[in-house]
Amino acid sequence: MMVHMKPSSGAHVGANNSVSHIMWQVMLALSPATAFGLLCFGWPAINLFIITVLSAVVFEAFCVRLKGRAAKPVIMDGSAVLTGWLLAITLPPWAPWWIGVVGSGLAIILGKQVYGGLGQNLFNPAMLARVALLISFPIEMTIWANVSPLFFSHSPGLIESWHITFLGLDNIDASTGATTLGFIKAEFSQNHLLTDILKDYSGFLNFIGGTRGSLGETSTLLLGLGGIWLIRQNIIQWQIPVSLLLTVALLSGFFHFADSEHYVSSLLHLNSGAMMCVAFFIATDYVTSPNTPTGQLVFGAGCGLLIFVIRTWGAYPEGAGFAVLLMNSATPLIDYYIKPRIYGRDRKGKPLEIPKS
Amino acid sequence: MLSFFKTPRIRGGVHAEEHKTATAALPIVSNFPLPKKLYIPLQQHVGKPAEPIIMVGEKVLKGQLLAYSQGLISAPVHAPSSGIIVDVNDYPAPHPSALPIRTIVLETDGMDEWMETQVAPDPFKLNPEEISFRVGAAGIVGLGGATFPTAVKLNMGRENHVDTLIINGSECEPYLCCDDRLMQERAEQIIDGVRLMLRGMENTDAINRVSTNAVVAIEDNKPQAYVAMRAAAEPYAQIKVIQIPTRYPMGWDRQLIRYVTGKEVPVGCRSSEIGVTIHNVGTAYAVHKAIRYGQPLLGRVVTVAGGAVKRPMNVEVLFGTLISELFDFCEVNKEEIARIIMGGPMMGDSLPHAGLPTVKATSGILALTQSELKNTDEQPCIRCASCVSVCPAGLRPLDMANNIRINQLDAAVDIGLKDCISCGCCSYICPSNIPLVQHFKYASGEVVARQQAQHKSEQTKKLIDARNARMERIAQQQREEELARIAAKAERERLKAEQEALV
Repeated sequence: MMVHMKPSSGAHVGANNSVSHIMWQVMLALSPATAFGLLCFGWPAINLFIITVLSAVVFEAFCVRLKGRAAKPVIMDGSAVLTGWLLAITLPPWAPWWIGVVGSGLAIILGKQVYGGLGQNLFNPAMLARVALLISFPIEMTIWANVSPLFFSHSPGLIESWHITFLGLDNIDASTGATTLGFIKAEFSQNHLLTDILKDYSGFLNFIGGTRGSLGETSTLLLGLGGIWLIRQNIIQWQIPVSLLLTVALLSGFFHFADSEHYVSSLLHLNSGAMMCVAFFIATDYVTSPNTPTGQLVFGAGCGLLIFVIRTWGAYPEGAGFAVLLMNSATPLIDYYIKPRIYGRDRKGKPLEIPKS
Repeated sequence: MLSFFKTPRIRGGVHAEEHKTATAALPIVSNFPLPKKLYIPLQQHVGKPAEPIIMVGEKVLKGQLLAYSQGLISAPVHAPSSGIIVDVNDYPAPHPSALPIRTIVLETDGMDEWMETQVAPDPFKLNPEEISFRVGAAGIVGLGGATFPTAVKLNMGRENHVDTLIINGSECEPYLCCDDRLMQERAEQIIDGVRLMLRGMENTDAINRVSTNAVVAIEDNKPQAYVAMRAAAEPYAQIKVIQIPTRYPMGWDRQLIRYVTGKEVPVGCRSSEIGVTIHNVGTAYAVHKAIRYGQPLLGRVVTVAGGAVKRPMNVEVLFGTLISELFDFCEVNKEEIARIIMGGPMMGDSLPHAGLPTVKATSGILALTQSELKNTDEQPCIRCASCVSVCPAGLRPLDMANNIRINQLDAAVDIGLKDCISCGCCSYICPSNIPLVQHFKYASGEVVARQQAQHKSEQTKKLIDARNARMERIAQQQREEELARIAAKAERERLKAEQEALV
């Protein structure tokens, strides 16, 4: 009656969770916003999404095979799918196929596998790939398709979408435009005032997500709901999203209050660009964010500060990717300085003194 | 608002599935058949093993001393039943390794005949020193699992003017119900034991007299035990019974001390140094039996549970009873057993087979099926930091494990390896199924081994140096003697030459 000798010490029972469970929960939380984005931008977006996710899986399998390990169990943990997914929703919806493939390659190979695979990377793979794409292919990465929902008469059909994805967009001016943040940045450079710039701006449309923007990042509402659900499911903690959003809101509120013609309001900041996606889904990545609640507050605040600075004074209209990467590189430092206090010791690790009584 | 901030904080911890319903409602079974042979290990406690004073072939009575306690921290061992000693030799220990330890084998005669016991008519007239002496002589150790000799704790309590005695009735481990049932059924005896402990810690020194109060802390998932204990403690003003939140590891002594008193025990100190001491409810019951009836600690209530157990129960067994006999009594399906665990599923150790005896530390024996066990399919760490948030000691298990994996044990020690209490919360919560506690136990053992090896090599080096110095000294001495001899010879020859010249 020999019993398995493996782990001799506890815990012999476990919580009902696993890596793949976590990954699937995050994807579930992303799916409403993604589905809405795919609906808004039609068949070309669907093509790009499928290509990006599939190539992420293929690159992951390739790297794992190179290591001489079986690919299937690694693929099944869902991390490659999630990376591809996160990358896809940050791309311009009608980007050509090779943007998705190159992006996935950058994310999986350079962003993750060269460090040693899941859990070892310093930078968020999806953000690394997106920033690399933006710097390398600035034109393709800043063509923002108009909202052209599936099955509408003026939207591209399935056949036409293949043309857009694989051969490129012919009549760029007719079907594309600027994002809200990009438009504001361009107008500011011509010394226009905010009241004039925002004549046609609809906060409500931005909130729902029916505007130009990245594939799955347009809907503040759906991303926010997905994020809150993740917090309720205890998959992510509230610290990073709250401190990130609060920092941006406070900073932009302060500057907007001081000069409302040259600084965008808090509401517009929170309601546009990659803000919600980054706050709930990118900055909260376990691997690249700090381990302690206090560290996470610092990390979120740092991200928020950098986003605001880049958006307001930087060359790019949106700075979320850069902000997250910069803070990723600060994560080991944050974890070094902000540690939990060990029971019976002070913050420096010295034993507590016996209270005199 | 102020009281909100003052609320004692519980740090970390998990809420594991309790699995207590199978046995919590059943009365303690006390008709376990007397085993034919009892295997009584001489080390059932923290400290030095007991030293046998009986001979093979000797007839002993129930309660008779078999082995006396050696040294300051140790505990004696008594005969759990009457019979004949058939062997004193090495037998497998109830430990994951099942390595042999010295064990007395007692063949029972079925009479279960008690030796004569001495009982004080009113134990509260006894000196405190006398009480703790009797507790020590009865072989009582902490029955919550730590098995620290109780008398030593009582003495420390007396010397350090302890003002709070906490009685730990939290029983936070899943599956285990033995303390719960004990509190439900024998509350008065436990409270009596608590009063005796208070007496045992009383400081008769008139100047520094501190009045000690007792707090019995029971997790709020045991309402019946709470009611029973409250009723039993009603007449005694110095004993308070409180409910505490159900959260593992609430029963960790230092967590409970912080929750109840708000004080934190500094690293490297005993709790008595900050005026608190903590005992298990089972220990209090054993103290009651030892002082009131003169009965040494011969057995305990053990929870037998798990998916493979057909008749799970809390059963009173004698120390030395083989686990396999318990399994037969509880109708365990041997095919279904995936792992045998001594203790609870969070901190308990897995045993290689059932041919091992129950000892003072055996609060439970679990026969778990594969479906109850945590998946052992290990995946890479995703730094989710769940282990950091559940650690009651405030450690960073993921960083410690990473250091251990690359053999940087000193770095692991620097970030708190020695403060790990092996509670198992991190292993429990880890989504990647990393056996973190296993890593830490390995590393702790390895650190000790390396220190010993280093100590040994230093000693060897010292010996070699000493030998070299000695040899050098001897050689020097020889050289000096040689020179002296040559000088003497030259002197003799000179004298001789002078004499010859004179002649």
